[in-house]
Amino acid sequence: MKRFLLVGLMLVFIFADLAQAVEPVKIGMITTLSTKAGYLGEEIRDGFQLAMDQEGGKLGGIPVELLVDDDGRKPEKAKQIAERFIKRDRVKILTGIVFSNVAIAVVPKVVRQDVIYVSPNAGPSLLAGKGCHPNYFNVAYQNDNLDEVVGQYVTDAGFKNVYLLAPNYPAGKDHLAGFKRYYQGAIAGEVYTKLGQSDYAAEIAALRAKAPDAVFFFLPGGMGINFIKQYAQAGLNRTIPVFGPAFSFDERLLQAVKDAAIGVKNGSQWSHDLNNPANRQFVDAFKNAYGRTPTLYASQGYDAARLLGSALKQVNGDVTRLDALRQAIRKADFDTVRGKFAFTANQHPIQDIYIREVVKDEAGNYTNRTVKAVFKDHGNVYVEQCKME
Amino acid sequence: MLLFIEQLLNGLQLGIMLFLMSAGMTLVFGILQVINLAHGSFYMIGAYVGATVTARTGSFLLGVLAALTAAALAGVAVEILVLRRLYKKEHLDQVLATFGLIMFFNELTRILWGRQPLFMDVPVWLSGSVEFIPGIPYPAYRIAVITVGIGVGVVLYLLFTRTRIGMQIRAGAGNREMAGALGVNIRLLYTLVFGLGTLLAGLAGMMAGPILAVEAGMGEEILILTLVVIVIGGIGSIRGALVGALIVGLVDTMGRAFLPALLRLFFSAAHADGVAASLSSMSVYLLMAGILIFRPRGLLPAHG
Repeated sequence: MKRFLLVGLMLVFIFADLAQAVEPVKIGMITTLSTKAGYLGEEIRDGFQLAMDQEGGKLGGIPVELLVDDDGRKPEKAKQIAERFIKRDRVKILTGIVFSNVAIAVVPKVVRQDVIYVSPNAGPSLLAGKGCHPNYFNVAYQNDNLDEVVGQYVTDAGFKNVYLLAPNYPAGKDHLAGFKRYYQGAIAGEVYTKLGQSDYAAEIAALRAKAPDAVFFFLPGGMGINFIKQYAQAGLNRTIPVFGPAFSFDERLLQAVKDAAIGVKNGSQWSHDLNNPANRQFVDAFKNAYGRTPTLYASQGYDAARLLGSALKQVNGDVTRLDALRQAIRKADFDTVRGKFAFTANQHPIQDIYIREVVKDEAGNYTNRTVKAVFKDHGNVYVEQCKME
Repeated sequence: MLLFIEQLLNGLQLGIMLFLMSAGMTLVFGILQVINLAHGSFYMIGAYVGATVTARTGSFLLGVLAALTAAALAGVAVEILVLRRLYKKEHLDQVLATFGLIMFFNELTRILWGRQPLFMDVPVWLSGSVEFIPGIPYPAYRIAVITVGIGVGVVLYLLFTRTRIGMQIRAGAGNREMAGALGVNIRLLYTLVFGLGTLLAGLAGMMAGPILAVEAGMGEEILILTLVVIVIGGIGSIRGALVGALIVGLVDTMGRAFLPALLRLFFSAAHADGVAASLSSMSVYLLMAGILIFRPRGLLPAHG
């Protein structure tokens, strides 16, 4: 009887151990799925999920479990979700945040608790510069990158008098600063509008009176839709060209502006027509799985998943060895949909950045076409401010 | 000078939009004594239904018809199902309940139409610009909005002063017990008034559709300005709503348009732009505060 009990106990231990071994690596995704910005989180999640589905629930051959929760665009709520993922679910890897203000609230707290955070979108200057951390990686871009590329392009194209427009909040000023870093000409006007403003008639009339040769604007979400529509209705899209970062020109927003955005040139680190095997494969698989053209956010979610997959493979799924995991991520040894990818010293991307143009394709869909790569192997200016211990 | 006239037109057009919203809301407050925060939701319903029907049928006018019908029917349904339980309650309860309605309608539009904003364009016969003042090409659609708004103002005026139902509404607003005692069906009257208010909101939403992003939560952006208009004009007063809407539209537009140039006379350019951006976002609230100091009940209060 005693021996029987002993064998039974041993069996229990063995099975428990086995169960431990196949326990999947948990990855916590805090993202924005509700509010009108919810489609951004949806794209990131779907891109990430696609990478997992393609490997049958694994990343880099390691079984993973994706925990997703919606932060409602609120920093406080995102902090709570992060706490829960870390404390209750024992998550060692976090990702998913869409908005910079949410990232600034959450990331410094979690990286101090020996948790890896891989940003699939938000890239505020704070986290690239003074607030950089060995556990924080950004796989998308530093926020200024998509403005810098437009500044360079506008200068190269010979525009000498540009009118600037952004909402009156910190990110608005950052984006215009990014543009001005590479733009050499004169500034016809620099206007900061109310956050969430819907009617731009007054600004458009003032802009026309200044007669600039181009307009650069950063107006995310619905504000951008409002501006582009009203700009076209005022007939200005035929006379003064408009430029901006990719945020107002993703394939989902374009369906809400259609013809009014045709011909607008925008800066992006990715486009669905980039011609490399990883990207062709991704775009086809995404269209098959979800029935729509992926946006840049989806590509970032997909790359975040594949980057993590490459690292998990190297550490054989053991996320407790933090140093090894960090080193594996830093190698960026994955097949990116952007063609090539490496990390700067402050763990942000070194990548090519493109100018795209909004077009209507043969099927009548509104989408982007890559015009040219303006920057080759572009990093960010905050590297010097980053002192990792 | 031409720029000034153009900005005046822009201010007028914004004012007209605000009038359509605030007329309905102030009517409901004046007569039903209910603060309906969900008024913006009917604006959103108008825009969504209008955009959908216009896209399906290709006819803008059918879209307008559908938007008006949907907003009015939704209003009547909400009045019967929700508001009737709130008339006897305190204002705080009404605010909570109608705030809940905002969230309900926002989520409902996301469930029905998805998270992506809808597309809606100006109808072909109203696209392009008209140069009715020489030197100022002005978008034809915005002129149409101004015209419709003036038309609605005239119709409302005639409705209230020349018709029996208008007389009953005014009586109900003055003293509802007495009006009820004199044989006016107050229950039905309330439903009608609420439906009329939401119909106007739906019209505003439909007309905003081609200019703005049709998306969940679009109602809250205009709701705040609408509340300012009502407070400035005098709660419950339609004439007040008209005056308040025009003032707010003009002050907001003119502030955004000319404050930067004005401040540049005194400060450096970068500094002036920053101050102007903050000041012009505040201008209507400063105006409201100023008016409340001298006319605590608004410019044209409803009763006496």
